[in-house]
Parts: sequence; structure tokens; C-alpha cells
Amino acid sequence: MWLINIAGLALIALIVWWFWLYKPQEVALNEQGLLVVVENGGYTPANIQVPANTPVNLTFLRKDASPCSEVVLWPGLDISQTLPLNKPIQVALPALKAGDYAFHCQMQMYRGALHVK
Amino acid sequence: MNHSPTASRNHGPLPPTGNQVSSNTATDQTLIIEGTGCASCVGKIEKALMAVPGVQTAEMNFANRTVQVQGRAATELLVKAVEQAGYNARPMAGESLSDALDEKEQADLAYYQKLMRQTWVALALGVPLMIYSLVVGEMTVTTTVERIVWLVVGLLTLAVMIVSGRHFYVGSWQSFKNHSANMDTLIALGTGTAWLYSMVVVFAPDAVPLMARHVYFEATAIIIGLIDLGLALELKARGRTSEAVKRLIGLQAKTARVIRDGEELDIAIEQVLLNDLVRVRPGEKIPVDGEVREGHTAVDESMLTGEPMPVEKSTGDKLAAGTLNKTGTLVFKATRVGKDTALAQIIDMVKRAQNSKPPIGRLADAISAYFVPVVMIIAVLSALTWLNFGPEPAIAFAIVSATTVLIIACPCALGLATPMSVMVGVGKAAEAGVLIRNGEALQTASKISAMILDKTGTITLGSPKVTDIVTQTGFKQDQVLQLAASLESGSEHPLALAIVESAKERNLTLDKVESFNAIAGQGVEALAVGQALLFGNEKLMRERGIDVGEFIETAQHLASEAKTPMYFAVDGRLAAIIAVADPIKEDSIAAIKRLQKNGIRVVMLTGDNRATAKAVAEKVGISEFFAEVQPADKANKVAELQMQNEIVGMTGDGINDAPALALANVGFAIGTGTDVAIESADITLMRGSLHGLADAIAVSKATLRNIKQNLFGAFIYNVAGVPVAAGVLFPVLGVLMNPVIAGAAMAFSSVTVVTNANRLRLFKAQEH
Repeated sequence: MWLINIAGLALIALIVWWFWLYKPQEVALNEQGLLVVVENGGYTPANIQVPANTPVNLTFLRKDASPCSEVVLWPGLDISQTLPLNKPIQVALPALKAGDYAFHCQMQMYRGALHVK
Repeated sequence: MNHSPTASRNHGPLPPTGNQVSSNTATDQTLIIEGTGCASCVGKIEKALMAVPGVQTAEMNFANRTVQVQGRAATELLVKAVEQAGYNARPMAGESLSDALDEKEQADLAYYQKLMRQTWVALALGVPLMIYSLVVGEMTVTTTVERIVWLVVGLLTLAVMIVSGRHFYVGSWQSFKNHSANMDTLIALGTGTAWLYSMVVVFAPDAVPLMARHVYFEATAIIIGLIDLGLALELKARGRTSEAVKRLIGLQAKTARVIRDGEELDIAIEQVLLNDLVRVRPGEKIPVDGEVREGHTAVDESMLTGEPMPVEKSTGDKLAAGTLNKTGTLVFKATRVGKDTALAQIIDMVKRAQNSKPPIGRLADAISAYFVPVVMIIAVLSALTWLNFGPEPAIAFAIVSATTVLIIACPCALGLATPMSVMVGVGKAAEAGVLIRNGEALQTASKISAMILDKTGTITLGSPKVTDIVTQTGFKQDQVLQLAASLESGSEHPLALAIVESAKERNLTLDKVESFNAIAGQGVEALAVGQALLFGNEKLMRERGIDVGEFIETAQHLASEAKTPMYFAVDGRLAAIIAVADPIKEDSIAAIKRLQKNGIRVVMLTGDNRATAKAVAEKVGISEFFAEVQPADKANKVAELQMQNEIVGMTGDGINDAPALALANVGFAIGTGTDVAIESADITLMRGSLHGLADAIAVSKATLRNIKQNLFGAFIYNVAGVPVAAGVLFPVLGVLMNPVIAGAAMAFSSVTVVTNANRLRLFKAQEH
């Protein structure tokens, strides 16, 4: 029994580490901009690195027909964009100070972050 | 010259936003390219496009598979050029808002039908299995025959999981890779655990105690079916939340009749260019914003302003896209097209506001961010508790409780609670001609305790008229008016306009003035035909040493009649007193009463003298007013009320009230018809009536109430549901919740939230 208990507690530790403590890899914005694909319940890439104090454009391509994926929001910046299905759409972001800016769908089920450095 | 509505927005090589408007001969188009495999295709495609006559630049973005073309070239030619180069292309942003809406509706319908098909497939297996378990009894594995039968059922369930539930598993894996978890994660883990455990029982029954050899295939199939059904119903209900925007988009005309080179052409509205002459016949919608050049008509603007009376339009008057031409034929010049029309801006603003969150939703957002992993941890803890302390068969109880916890938890209900209500509330307000900037304004408007109203143009019509001219001996009325109007012709003050207008009505010719000087808050002075003219209030006269004693009584009498008396002096001698009155809007009294009835302290501000202010305030039923307030002091009055712990709303015309509007907790700009100053305030009232204020406050209160109901329901559901699913009631009731019940509860919790938000659609602003 103690083996099961240890396995259970290890599983909890794994959940905490994987979802909260792990720092995911960031994809940097290149000269061509960046395409964020909205598909299968998430954003790819979900962690985007952008330069500080420079306005940037991100292009979103929604391939997911689920209504949850319809809107992307930057709550901290008061920016939102409705994403049409299967059509790239551009979101213009203002020059931002260094920091992390979360973006997500209306229900926060699709989540990503902009890491401004 | 570039008239494209997209031209000013696009920077860099990336494609423009999808809701931008371009046309099939527009100056800025984006094509989606298909069939490109390598970066070397870029040059080939760009070259092919550059060869099309009219194309100035063609820049391909390989990362996005899009190409942006500038220049005047037909879309069909561009597509053909790309095809000839060996690839496929289709236009990306060449559609109107209504086309985008149609496309969205079609996509939603297709997704709804897909979800319903998936539901039927899952329930077709799950329901008979459930009936079997209810009629025959426990679905246990004890004999070899049972093992074979359940293996077949297990494989059929796997097929259901793939056909009807694939999106949950793929979605959860995708999120997992991104180190995030969502509703898909919970469904996938819950149904996956039930299925895996059942398959272990089928393949290796000896690995589990005899009493625990139970299969849960029916739970897996039914949960997938019910959640698909819930998603389908939610999609339907969501469609209704954006009806207001649909209605606004539906106001747009599809085509316009333009006059180019003397020829009349019917073209799509996206092709109308700035300064085009457009003809509109009776019964037709105005296609773009413009200014009347020929003709006279009545235009119904109620769809934008909520104002029921048609507005007379003739040469020089402004027209707004989406309004309806009732009686005459007009020719007008297009002054704003595409995304620049007032209607397009209103739609854009409403859409943005619908997506913004009021502060009340922040707690739910904070919880949502941690919700799913916490539920996963609770599921593990619940299983461990059952394994350690539960009765036999402990492993079966552990599996059921963990599965049920995972399935019943509904992060969606929590996440949907605020945005769905905001969608409906903001849309409802827009229907009443009230444009709410964002969620914060919506929430604060519901808490307003004091409302400051600027007198001129807010309580009154803002178009004063000369009512009395009392002259001093030696001066005639026309002579005084002619001189005063000459002096005031350089000023843009509403009172000055009234005097100039009155002189025009009497056909008086105005003289040229020199050395014009406006004395802020006091009056004006200038030289005309060799005479020094001075026009203004008592303070100005006294400062210049002009005796007004003789007229003091007259001025007081005029002011007591809600008129504004002004003194006019010629060469240092008082010549006349001219009174101007600004009529009170006919529904101001009722609207103010409505605000007061809702417990709001109504305060009036004006630059006018105290007596006039008092007379107007008394007429409209306001007991608290501030007179002779300079424009710069308006913000101080807002601050004063805020110091008294009031949540202050400030209503003004949005032009000289900007600092006060900005300082107020909620700034209301009162519009004049469709010519709205959208950028200037938290809330813009499209029509001039003060009822818009009461409507805005009522709709925000109703929306906040709805959000609270939704949040309360979603919190209670999860806070109560998760522990019950884990088995806290087992010691009392002796039974665990069935995972199927959890699936049904979860599926319908988010439908309930959306349906409750939709109740707001029935909201009606009270009296008018």
C-alpha cells in the first residue's frame, strides 16, 4: 500500500512541477513575424518572446472550430481579437515594457504568454 | 491617391487583419497561398504577381503562407497568376463584415452538426449499455464469455472515444505539451481512466479483487456523448449572445450606386472610394458616411441612435452608413468609407467591449488559471483516501471517485460566467444607443451614486436663441444686434452663434471687426467701424469700469426666467442687455426624475450665471447646482464629489469637458445623432436624450446582477460538486456519485451559464 501512496504523492508532485513550476521554452519573434496556430485546444507556440519597447504584430491562424477558440484576449492590455476560422489574422501589440503578458481565450482554457525581454 | 481603407493600417510584411475591408480591385489585398513547400517558392510567386498589370508590390510571408499585394489589380487576375506559377491562392481579407459573419455562422453550424453526430454515436453505445446495467445489474467480469463480450464492448467504446471524443484527447495532449491543462484534460483523464481500468478488468481480472471486477464502458461512452451535447447546446446559446452585433452588421447595405464620370454604377460597398458621389433612392439604406450634395429627404437614424423621429436632411447635412433614407432621392459625397464609417466604428467598439472583462471577473480568472491542476490533485488525493480508508472493493471506489471528480469539475462554467453576460449586456446597451467602452466602465456604471450633468447641450438643446434685447436710450435693437453679431462672428461659443443667427434672421449685414479678443469665461471685445465693442458678463463690465446698475434688475428678471443676460457696451458706454435662452430638452425632466428615483444624486454644472442656473435647475427638478464654473474647474467639481465618497458619473458633450470626463469614475459623452465622439468617454450616448444615462445605468446593473448569478452558480457548482464526487457524503448516504451523473451535470452547467446570460436579452429599459 505504501508503494501506491508514494506513487500517488509523486504524481501530485509531478502535476505541480509540470503545470506550475516548469518554465516552458519560448519561441522568439523573427523578422517575418510569428504565426500562432490555434488548434486542438491550445496555441502553438504558446510562449512567445518579443523585444521590449517595440510594437509587434502577431498573426493568429485559428484551425479549431470550437467556439472557445474564437477570441484571444490580452486582459492586461485591454486587447482582444475575434479569430475567424482558417484565416490568418493580425494582432498589433503596442510597445511593451519587459515582463510577462498572459493571453488566453475567453474562458482561459487556451492559454499562452508573451515574454517581453 | 490611396483610398483603401486598409492602407493606413498595414505595416510590415504580415497580412492585414481579417476584419479589414478590401475589394476585388482594391489597392491592398492579401492572398492565402496553398501548395508551397519551400522558401524558394517565395520569389516565384512574388514574380508572378508583379507581372500582373497594376501591381506595385507583392510581398510574400512564407511563415504565414500569405502574400500582400499593393496596387490596383483585380483579385481574379492575381489568383490566376499564382495558379499559373503552380500554386493555389485565395483572397483573404476581401470580404465585408456581413460576409465574415455569414462565414462564421456557417462554420458554427457545421461544428454544431459535427458535435451532434458525435453525440448520437456516443449515446448509441452508451444508452443501451446503461439500460443493460440498470435492468440486468452489475457489469462485472467473472466468466470467460463475459470477458469476450466486454472486450468487444471495450473496443466499441474505444471506437466511440476516437470518433466522438478525439478532440478531447488531442486537445488535452496539446495542452499537456504546453504545460497547461484545460477542460479537455479533465474529460480525457476521466474517461480514459474509466476505460483503462475496465480494460484491465477484462484482460487481467485476477489483478483486481473479485468485488472490484466491474467495467465502466457505459460511463465513458455516455460522458463523451453528454459533453458533446453540452458543447453543441452551448454553441447554439452562444450564437444568441452576439445578436446585437449581428443586427448592427445587418444594417450595412451590400451595394451602393456611385456616379463616376457621369455614369451610375451599382458596386459593392467595399469598392466605394472616398469622395465618390453616391445616389440613394427612397427606401434604400445609406451605404457609407457622407455629406448631402443634392436633394432633400427624411432619414430614419433610429437603428443607430435609438431616436424614433426621422431626421430631415438637405445639402450640407451629414449622413451615416446603415441609416434608412425614407422619402426623397439624394446625391451625397462619401466622406468615410470601409472601417472608418461611424457604423463600422460602433461595431468595432461593441465587439471590443464585448470581449473585455469587468474587474468582477478577475477572481474567476485567477481561479481558472489554477483550477484544472488543482482538480487533478484532488482526484489523486480522493483515490488515495479510498484506497487507504475505503471499504472493499476499495480500488473500484477509488477509480469511481477519481473519475467522477475529474468529470464533474467544470472550469468552463467559471470561465464563461463573466464574458457571456458582458457580451449580451454590452450588445443590449448598443441597441438602446448606448456605447460602452469596456467591462470596467460597465461595472462602474452600475455603482454610480452621483451624476454631474453639464447644462448646455446636456440638459438643454445646446442651441440657444436670442429672446430679449433691451436697449439703453439712444440705441436701437437692430443697431445693437448688428454690432453685437459683427463682434461675435469671430467666436464659436454657442451663445455667440445664437446672436449671429438672430442677426441673419433680421437680414442685418455684419461689419468687419479688428483686434478681436476673447476673455476666457467673461466675454469678447473688438473694434468695428471705429467703435470699441465689449460684450460679456457683469464681471467683465465691472472690470472695465462700465456701470451696469441701471440694468441689474432687468438682468435678474431675465435670469429668473432661465435666460442668460449679457451686457453690450459701445465705446465704454452700456448700450444694451441681450438675453439668450437655451430650451430644455423635452424629456430632460423625466430622465432626471428617473435617475433620482434610482437613488442617484443629480448635480448640475454650468458656466452660466447663478440666476439662470437656478432657474434651469428648478425647472428640471435639480436641487444641487454649481453656476459660473469655468471649463477648467469642472474637473475640480468631479473631484469634490469624489472626496465625499461618491462614485461620480460626468455627462458632457465630450469636447470641452474632456478633463472632467476623464476624472469621473464614468464619463458619459452625450452624442448628437450619429456624429459620435466615440473616443472621448467611457460611455457614449448616441442620442441626445438623458434617458440614455438611466438606460446605461439600468443595463449595467442588470448585467452585473447576471454576472453575479453566473459566478455564484459556477462557484457553488464546483465547490459543492467536487467534494460530493470525491465521496464526502458516502459515510452518510453509503453511495458514491455515478460518473454518468457527473458527466450530465458538467455538460449542462456551462449551458446553464450561457442560458442565464441570454436572459439579459429580455431586458428592457424602463420608461421613456
